[in-house]
Amino acid sequence: MASATDTGRQATAAPAAGPPAIELRGISKSFGAVQANRDISIRVRPGTIHGIVGENGAGKSTLMSILYGFYRADAGEILIDGRPTEIPDSQAAIRAGIGMVFQHFKLVPNFSVLENVILGAEDGALLRPSLAKARKTLADLARDYDLDVDPEALVEELSVGHQQRVEILKALYRHADILILDEPTGVLTPDEADHLFRILRGLKAQGKTILLITHKLREIMEITDEVSVMRRGEIVATVTTAKTSPEQLAELMVGRKVLLHVPKGSAHPGREVLRIEDLRVTDAQGVARLKGVSLTIRAGEILGIAGVAGNGQSELLQVLGGFARGRVSGTIAVDGQQIPAAGKGATGQTRRQIGIAHVPEDRHHLGLILDFTAWENVAFGYQAAPDYQAHGLFMDNDAILRDTRGKMDRFDVRPPDPMLPAKSFSGGNQQKIVLAREIERNPVLLLVGQPTRGVDIGAIEFIHRRIVALRDAGAAVLLVSVELDEILSLSDRIAVMFDGQIMGERLPAETNERELGLLMAGVASTAGAA
Amino acid sequence: MDYMTLIEILGSTLRLGTPLLLACIAGLYSERAGIFDIGLEGKMLMAAMASGAVAALSGSAWIGLGAGILASLLFAAIHGLASITFRGNQLISGVALNFVASGATILIAQTLFGQGGRTPPLTGEARFGPITLPFAEALSGVPFLGPFYGRVISGQSLLVYLALATVPLTWWLLYRTRFGLRLRAVGENPESVDTAGVSVVRLRYTAVALTGVLCGIAGAYMATSLQAGFGREMTAGRGYIALAALIFAKWRPWQALWATMLFGFLQALALRPDVIDAALPGSLTIPVSFLDALPYILTVIVLAGFVGRAIPPRAGGQPYVKER
Repeated sequence: MASATDTGRQATAAPAAGPPAIELRGISKSFGAVQANRDISIRVRPGTIHGIVGENGAGKSTLMSILYGFYRADAGEILIDGRPTEIPDSQAAIRAGIGMVFQHFKLVPNFSVLENVILGAEDGALLRPSLAKARKTLADLARDYDLDVDPEALVEELSVGHQQRVEILKALYRHADILILDEPTGVLTPDEADHLFRILRGLKAQGKTILLITHKLREIMEITDEVSVMRRGEIVATVTTAKTSPEQLAELMVGRKVLLHVPKGSAHPGREVLRIEDLRVTDAQGVARLKGVSLTIRAGEILGIAGVAGNGQSELLQVLGGFARGRVSGTIAVDGQQIPAAGKGATGQTRRQIGIAHVPEDRHHLGLILDFTAWENVAFGYQAAPDYQAHGLFMDNDAILRDTRGKMDRFDVRPPDPMLPAKSFSGGNQQKIVLAREIERNPVLLLVGQPTRGVDIGAIEFIHRRIVALRDAGAAVLLVSVELDEILSLSDRIAVMFDGQIMGERLPAETNERELGLLMAGVASTAGAA
Repeated sequence: MDYMTLIEILGSTLRLGTPLLLACIAGLYSERAGIFDIGLEGKMLMAAMASGAVAALSGSAWIGLGAGILASLLFAAIHGLASITFRGNQLISGVALNFVASGATILIAQTLFGQGGRTPPLTGEARFGPITLPFAEALSGVPFLGPFYGRVISGQSLLVYLALATVPLTWWLLYRTRFGLRLRAVGENPESVDTAGVSVVRLRYTAVALTGVLCGIAGAYMATSLQAGFGREMTAGRGYIALAALIFAKWRPWQALWATMLFGFLQALALRPDVIDAALPGSLTIPVSFLDALPYILTVIVLAGFVGRAIPPRAGGQPYVKER
């Protein structure tokens, strides 16, 4: 029977004709005492899409930076097409045929597409011939790979999806045979992501090798041929995508079993907690950010707001949280009591007094003060709470410390040290601190924005459980997220926002990502339209 | 005001606008590359002193010009070191250099010549004299254009023509060459340049050096052409006026020409209070000190942002720290 497994191994190895496009042998890299990459070896077959998954801080970005010449490895070697290659800087990476599409684009906003493409790859001291050549090449690339972008358009006027295409064009214009994409879909609508995947499949068909770094398991399953999993700076497994499952990958990433979708019973909505009518926000530049939003949330119910970032969700949270900017109109009622939408009576403090808790989208700027300790951060917003007061003017620091220790214990914050500054916790643990602060005072309404942005898979499960538990305890929850997965698995009702308006409401059981994606892109679906 | 008076005022506009123009274009290179340079003033002052002193000692305006450029380059190099290599605060570096220049120029001139911080008056070859352009005489009889050509365009110092030439040259460099593309890119988003495999540091040093050269010419012009020798604080805030003009011009070369000439015109007007008073009704007069203050008042207005929105290069003022 041993022979059967041997032939099985042969079969998987067979398609690897010729040397790997990229081979890493024993790459290690430390920053001070932190070992970001430890003895990493990967072989990427030419003409395939190879995924790299791992939690935040697993060392994916460091590894890619080494490949693109931003860092030098302390040990190990890189082979491109079987040849040992030194990559001391980006220029060397480009020469070796490596192109990189960064998570945050490296484009000059007020340059045209053409100018961005030729920057650093000009053909001579004068621009005119370079531009003419690039114009022609871009037209060819657009045709070959479905990479259509107006070459004369200014980059700042392009959509995010198109800007990403410019980055891909830049790499192809430099004759990249190996394309590295770092979290490419984080900023895209589902439709744009689909288009990107079509482009990637086209590139693969033309023999390009693609390294896809992502934390979204669905994407790995959809498009990669093989996937390497990183955990704490090491490669823990490299598997053929067709032979694995998201559950297995998640377990490999975290090192223990993880539930990708937390179990949740059906909702038992009670009284109406929040009613918003015709809410409008116009910012200081005179741009309408919210254009008449109306919605209600009942006790014991999670309303998920889906949408591409920047379609008014942030402004909705700001108004409800009591720190809206610009001109605000419309009415907000909590438990039947009308509250001011903006102005003097609308502050974070007054909102908290009536039981509105807020886990803000941007935890680094609104949720925490990173240089302050965990216990100080736990007190923020509740510094006037009776249980935090000592006699007279003073806060009872010991009480806050005790409370923080308890919160850290109950929310499994690691390390459980209240004296550490907030910035020294990982994203997931920071979020747990914010969540503990906001949830444990039993709010009637919880506002929560991007609860799992930059949070590890293991912590996501925990955070989701807590939000569901709060709902089951009878709170109303307004959940804003750009992650459709999250919206679909947590929400009891889903409202889709586009361009400052609610495009429609759906029940999770009666919709799917396609339909939501269309709504998010501003296309009112015909099937579900009321 | 008759036509010949206007011609005379326009002539001094060009003369007085020239150091502003040179300094403004100088600042344009640096700021377009993302390095704010509040030290234009100090560089000009150093150059004025160095060129005045060396021209006096050597008797050659050309050697004086070279010395002025070197002195300015030295200050540019310090600013580059502070703001590019050591990633210091660019405003503080610039202000510090201005202070140093203010004191050092007087100290050096006093040590060398003992004339109260001045350099000796320059004559003959030690100055850049006026150049008469061809046909200036022949065309002098042509109404309107003749005097304009003969007494505004012609008869200026070589450095004036050089300053004017930097305008189209800078435009061409910025918008038609690889260097210009990279220079503009590094001031907007240095990461785009870095990831394209081009050295941010080298580009920025090049830009700062160009600033040094042009400030050097501006200072040398002050001491060896506009005036005959260096005097204490002779730049009198022209570096700041040039900065205001640069913002006014929204960091573009042709607009820089018009902006600096506007400031030059105001300075030229201040030289002719009689013309203003004659234009005012009755016995109204305007204090000369008000006219003297006009360019500075306009500077404050421009810097306070009263002339439309000026969007500086996006990466301006931020040291580039490479990350991932």
